[in-house]
Amino acid sequence: MTARSVQSLSGALKLLFNNRLTRVYGAATCTQRHKSSYTPPPARYGGRHTVTLIPGDGIGPELSKHVCELFRFCCVPVDFEVVNVDSTKDSEDDINNAIMAIRRNGVALKGNIETNHNLPPSYKSRNNLLRTTLDLYANVMHCQSLPGVRSRQTNIDIIIIRENTEGEYSSLEHENVPGVVECLKIITRTKSLRIADYAFKTARAQGRGRVTAVHKANIMKLADGLFLECCKEVASGYPEITFDSMIVDNTTMQLVSRPQQFDVMVMPNLYGNVVSNVCAGLVGGPGLVPGANYGTDYAVFETGTRNTGKSIANSNTANPTAMLLASCLLLDHLKLHAYASMLRRAILCTVTETRLHTADLGGHGSTSEVVRSIMSAVQSTGPRTLSI
Amino acid sequence: REDIDQSDSSLYRGSLVTDSSFRERISIRVPPLYRGSLVTDSSFRERISIRVTPLLFGGSLRISCELVRGYRSEGSLRISGSLRISEDLCFIRMAGNAWRSMLSQVVGGAARPLTAAFSRRGMQTVTMIPGDGIGPEISNAVMKIFEAAKAPIQWEERNVTAIQGPGGRWMIPPDCKESMDQSKIGLKGPLKTPIAAGHPSMNLLLRKTFDLYANVRPCVSIEGYKTPYTDVNLVTIRENTEGEYSGIEHLIVEGVVQSIKLITEDASRRIAEYAFEYARNNQRSSVTAVHKANIMRMSDGLFLRKCREVAENYKDIKFTEMYLDTVCLNMVQDPTQFDVLVMPNLYGDILSDLCAGLIGGLGVTPSGNIGANGVAIFESVHGTAPDIAGLDMANPTALILSAVMMLRHMGLHDIGNNIQNACFDTIRDKKVLTKDLGGNSKCSEFTDDICRRIQDM
Repeated sequence: MTARSVQSLSGALKLLFNNRLTRVYGAATCTQRHKSSYTPPPARYGGRHTVTLIPGDGIGPELSKHVCELFRFCCVPVDFEVVNVDSTKDSEDDINNAIMAIRRNGVALKGNIETNHNLPPSYKSRNNLLRTTLDLYANVMHCQSLPGVRSRQTNIDIIIIRENTEGEYSSLEHENVPGVVECLKIITRTKSLRIADYAFKTARAQGRGRVTAVHKANIMKLADGLFLECCKEVASGYPEITFDSMIVDNTTMQLVSRPQQFDVMVMPNLYGNVVSNVCAGLVGGPGLVPGANYGTDYAVFETGTRNTGKSIANSNTANPTAMLLASCLLLDHLKLHAYASMLRRAILCTVTETRLHTADLGGHGSTSEVVRSIMSAVQSTGPRTLSI
Repeated sequence: REDIDQSDSSLYRGSLVTDSSFRERISIRVPPLYRGSLVTDSSFRERISIRVTPLLFGGSLRISCELVRGYRSEGSLRISGSLRISEDLCFIRMAGNAWRSMLSQVVGGAARPLTAAFSRRGMQTVTMIPGDGIGPEISNAVMKIFEAAKAPIQWEERNVTAIQGPGGRWMIPPDCKESMDQSKIGLKGPLKTPIAAGHPSMNLLLRKTFDLYANVRPCVSIEGYKTPYTDVNLVTIRENTEGEYSGIEHLIVEGVVQSIKLITEDASRRIAEYAFEYARNNQRSSVTAVHKANIMRMSDGLFLRKCREVAENYKDIKFTEMYLDTVCLNMVQDPTQFDVLVMPNLYGDILSDLCAGLIGGLGVTPSGNIGANGVAIFESVHGTAPDIAGLDMANPTALILSAVMMLRHMGLHDIGNNIQNACFDTIRDKKVLTKDLGGNSKCSEFTDDICRRIQDM
């Protein structure tokens, strides 16, 4: 079954049953997947993979176009199923379609969907909805100093693993009496164990020696205390990896003065937001770092700092590096390692050697110039490509 | 033109500022536009005459007020308000609120000489809480410096240890509370946080006792202390009573914990008002509210709404809102774009420490806690450093800068500036730096150097 026929089938289903039943049907097929312990292969037919592409808002659409261009140019065997999510609409149909498409294909590349924070609380953040529904529990961001990129600190190599589904982002709020609002931060044992396990597995797989848990357990004794406890428990199963913990305000202070001391960091949702943005700023900005969201069955790739870039949209000045590196992570996930390393080499060559930088890195290049430079870097290494 | 009635006609000819001999006393009658302000009372006008010390052209002036005619002039009470000098330079245009707040300070200041605080030869009492560890050494250093600078401050030393009052409630010793209530200003060294002592931390107790709702941390790059970030000049104002640190946590079922973040309208309004007042009084041009309302729509949304409402009353100050992650991202790339930041408790905790890291750490960062009822406690935020306690190795810079903040709060700007300049000069000279600043001198040598510089000034 090709992707298109599946889509029409789901469309037919939608006509037959109401919305809820289609979701149940979808969930039923999912539970079949849960039965086996191995990750199901992403949608693959005739040697070509199908990947959901959600352009998003701001600079998303133009960067997605560049990704498609680059993939076509390099003859990467990936087809994109584009699902547009309109953030101005009130109904959640768009994001549900996107979720369905990701369930179908298993992987996605996404731009950030804007959330207007002046709308009432009934309008939930589309990005958050996507992450929690698909249970993409681990957000991994690898911040590395690149030679040739101006920054105040050098020699940074930090992997940030952030719990992506609970914590302060549970969107559970209520107004008890007018003027008094409560917002719940939920920490559960299962999810904390899961993210800690993921962190240590990643550390072991990449040969890292140290994992730091970031918390605020001196003030939030029960919540962050539980998180810390779970991390300690998991740490005992990995004796070759040093485990320590640090309070979040001290962490930010240390990051700004001596970021070289950190290796792998694991933390709940909100601190992850702060720390990942600080680290991205330290290595050169939001245009350089890709991010990945992993769940048991699905993976979604995006830029690390999740910016919409509204102010520079459609002006051909955005830095495509983050999105393109995210697409390389995508190719790695699809086990197309040759293509991934070829593209990564070309991208890093443009950033570090050719030094063709966009405005956010202090240069004068435009987005299309950078992409063309990457294409010529790919062509010069010799694989079969389309002509520029 | 009819609005201003004054003795010096040079106002009409040129700008207020170019004439440096403009020291004549002028009395400014505020036009009826500002009805409802303190000034409509004509008898008031006679009591106060305002001498304008010209500083800038076309920008904000600092008004230095001298109490005359019936009040002993106790030196200049400097009140800073922002005046917009209009292009035609005919009259001083001032927003009604600015005038009102400025004059309420003047009147308050005028009233204050009558109360006990200024009575004894103009000495202001300040409660000093030395603290633990290196606390006593650095407090002594500050007292020595103040003596050398001839600051009109009388110190009352008090110790805070938690005692259990009637009903089992933990509280601070009553003599400390009395002293603070009378003097309204406190300077605190680092306090030890006891683990498993059964009572909450001392900082928390102080915060609850005096309702210290605003934590202000001005972060300014120190010239002599090199960090990768130069030209940092921002202030973080953090709501200190509620937010994520409300301490309300529950174990729902085994393995599920919830922590409650509390945002109330009153607290948000109070902190927003303080932030704008602070911006106005310290000639800051913009206030940025930091939030995460895209995710926490109701709670941070309420905070934002209150900030927006308060911003309506302070049209002379630019108000922007920014997401927490964007602030963090931009802060480490270019901290010069920020001015005053106001935010709820958790974000404030993280951001204020981030900014402290930008200028060199907690050892050189001042901090002030403002409470309801005019109480203000200025403190150093570093730890007690028990390993170097008593060895004369401590760095008193943080407490010195907090003391300077205190002097500014009290209106003694000249002395504050002298002490701050002396401190910065000593650090810039690099001859007598303490160990954490990169030298190997003693704390007493550092202090003596600062005292010498002040006396030379």
